[in-house]
Amino acid sequence: MRSVVTVSERVTETPSTVTLRFPYAPAADPGQFVMVWLPGDDELPMSLSFTEGPSKGVTIKAMGSSSRRVQSIRVGDPIGIRGPYGNRFDLSPKRILIVSGGSGAAVLAPAAEQAIARGGSVTVALGATRAPELLFKERFRAMGARVEVATDDGSEGAHGFVTAVAERLLGSEPFDAVWTCGPEVMMKKVIVAADARSVPVFCSMERHMKCALGMCDACALGPYHVCVDGPVFAAERLRSVPDFATFHRDSSGRRLPF
Amino acid sequence: MADLSVRCAGLHLRNPFLLASGVWGESGESLAGAFRAGAGGVITKSIGSVPRPGYPNPTIETYATWGLLNAMGLPNPGIDEYPREIEVAIKAGATVIGSVFGGDADEFARLSARMAATGVVALELNLSCPHAEGFGTEVGGTPADVERIVRAVTKVVSIPVIAKITPNTNDPAALALAAERGGAAAVSAINTLRAMAIDVHLRRPVLSHGLGGLSGSAIKPVGLACVWKIFEKVSIPVVGVGGIASARDALEYVMAGARALEVGTQVTFEGIGVFTRLPKELSALLDELGFARLEDAVGVAHRASSVPRE
Repeated sequence: MRSVVTVSERVTETPSTVTLRFPYAPAADPGQFVMVWLPGDDELPMSLSFTEGPSKGVTIKAMGSSSRRVQSIRVGDPIGIRGPYGNRFDLSPKRILIVSGGSGAAVLAPAAEQAIARGGSVTVALGATRAPELLFKERFRAMGARVEVATDDGSEGAHGFVTAVAERLLGSEPFDAVWTCGPEVMMKKVIVAADARSVPVFCSMERHMKCALGMCDACALGPYHVCVDGPVFAAERLRSVPDFATFHRDSSGRRLPF
Repeated sequence: MADLSVRCAGLHLRNPFLLASGVWGESGESLAGAFRAGAGGVITKSIGSVPRPGYPNPTIETYATWGLLNAMGLPNPGIDEYPREIEVAIKAGATVIGSVFGGDADEFARLSARMAATGVVALELNLSCPHAEGFGTEVGGTPADVERIVRAVTKVVSIPVIAKITPNTNDPAALALAAERGGAAAVSAINTLRAMAIDVHLRRPVLSHGLGGLSGSAIKPVGLACVWKIFEKVSIPVVGVGGIASARDALEYVMAGARALEVGTQVTFEGIGVFTRLPKELSALLDELGFARLEDAVGVAHRASSVPRE
């Protein structure tokens, strides 16, 4: 069920973020993820940041020890891939607002590309801790999206959280859908702001994952499993989920507050 | 419509299909979801004394739709943390059976007492995980071990105790007999078969733990033979487990002697809707074959059989 492939390209996107490209033929859609096996180490879920054609890609932020080890992979190293798994973004809305926090842009960029290719217009509220960490800013601009930036330290764009930019955009322009990925507390704020204008929101969710097949329960999110019921969730599905923006689970299944 | 309700181990189940331990059992909402889907009852993930992260990935490998290899490594949040999940499932109306694993009889007894206090209707003792050092088969692999552990547990709890035994032995029926002597109300068989997979490109085992356990349709014939042998030897009910994916699989187990059934791997291939489908299909199959009640079919294949008894 796994294919062993060789990493063909390694790109440093930001000081903390790296993209790995590899040949992998199975068709994939924006929103989906693959399980990436680092032989002798671990196997981790990663959203595809490049979904089209035979060369796929994942973009990883150095967070925990395992994502740091993923970043240590070099061109020519073998990795195992299975998938793609999970659902996809609905690309049919015409006027899309993307709200991205940190590495959330990894899954949102290919979705934006395909939405624009289908004739949609995309505005991106792109947030990061500081200017050099703004992921895929140039990629979004190159595909024809309008990009509005916010940084926590004010080194570029609006000073503060990206949610303030999203609220301003939602208040001044019409949108048919909001796509968001980032910290859950951020996404919850985005939902509140979009609700006020009756704009539907779709969130790309993350949970600790093991089997990716809807069996082991590691990625349980209320009544859902992120691996098979997500990772993209319409906000109304999350509304009654007590876990959302409240707690996630560690590898043992213990609840950890956000 | 044939009557699917069964009495097993002192429990009255609306149908024989129990969610097998290890599948959908980490969160209370998942347990509740499996029961809502139609399961006759749900068995929790095996719970130990302390939180356990399990093995690193890869922890699974699949084979089309006929097999699943896993070495999760008994991940669980521990008995201090887990009762809140059980509470969620029980509040939602689920019939919950608590699974525990320990390193010796004393630990099993302590854990069982605490699990029983959560309000579960029965306990299942994991004496059979094939891939966890110091637990499972390693502590429950011989008749003497099984009898000692089951006796220690039945001494301290008043709810029914089900012993889940291993097929990785030449005489599973001897383990079942030992469980009966120890006071078990039922025995469930089988757990996974010890198994592994190797990646030829990387020249290494696929599972991080190397060895794991095989489940799914591939092991159904093995499970059936175990249930058959156990049914001949013991007078307590048998819970049949291993590769049940259809009503026909289920009825084979029942005719071999199972009174209740566990379904796990098929959830991977089909989703939780398997617990909606199987009761419907089994009821129709029983109608077709002229059984008014599922219980009338328990062990019937033994009557017709010319298989020599030992």
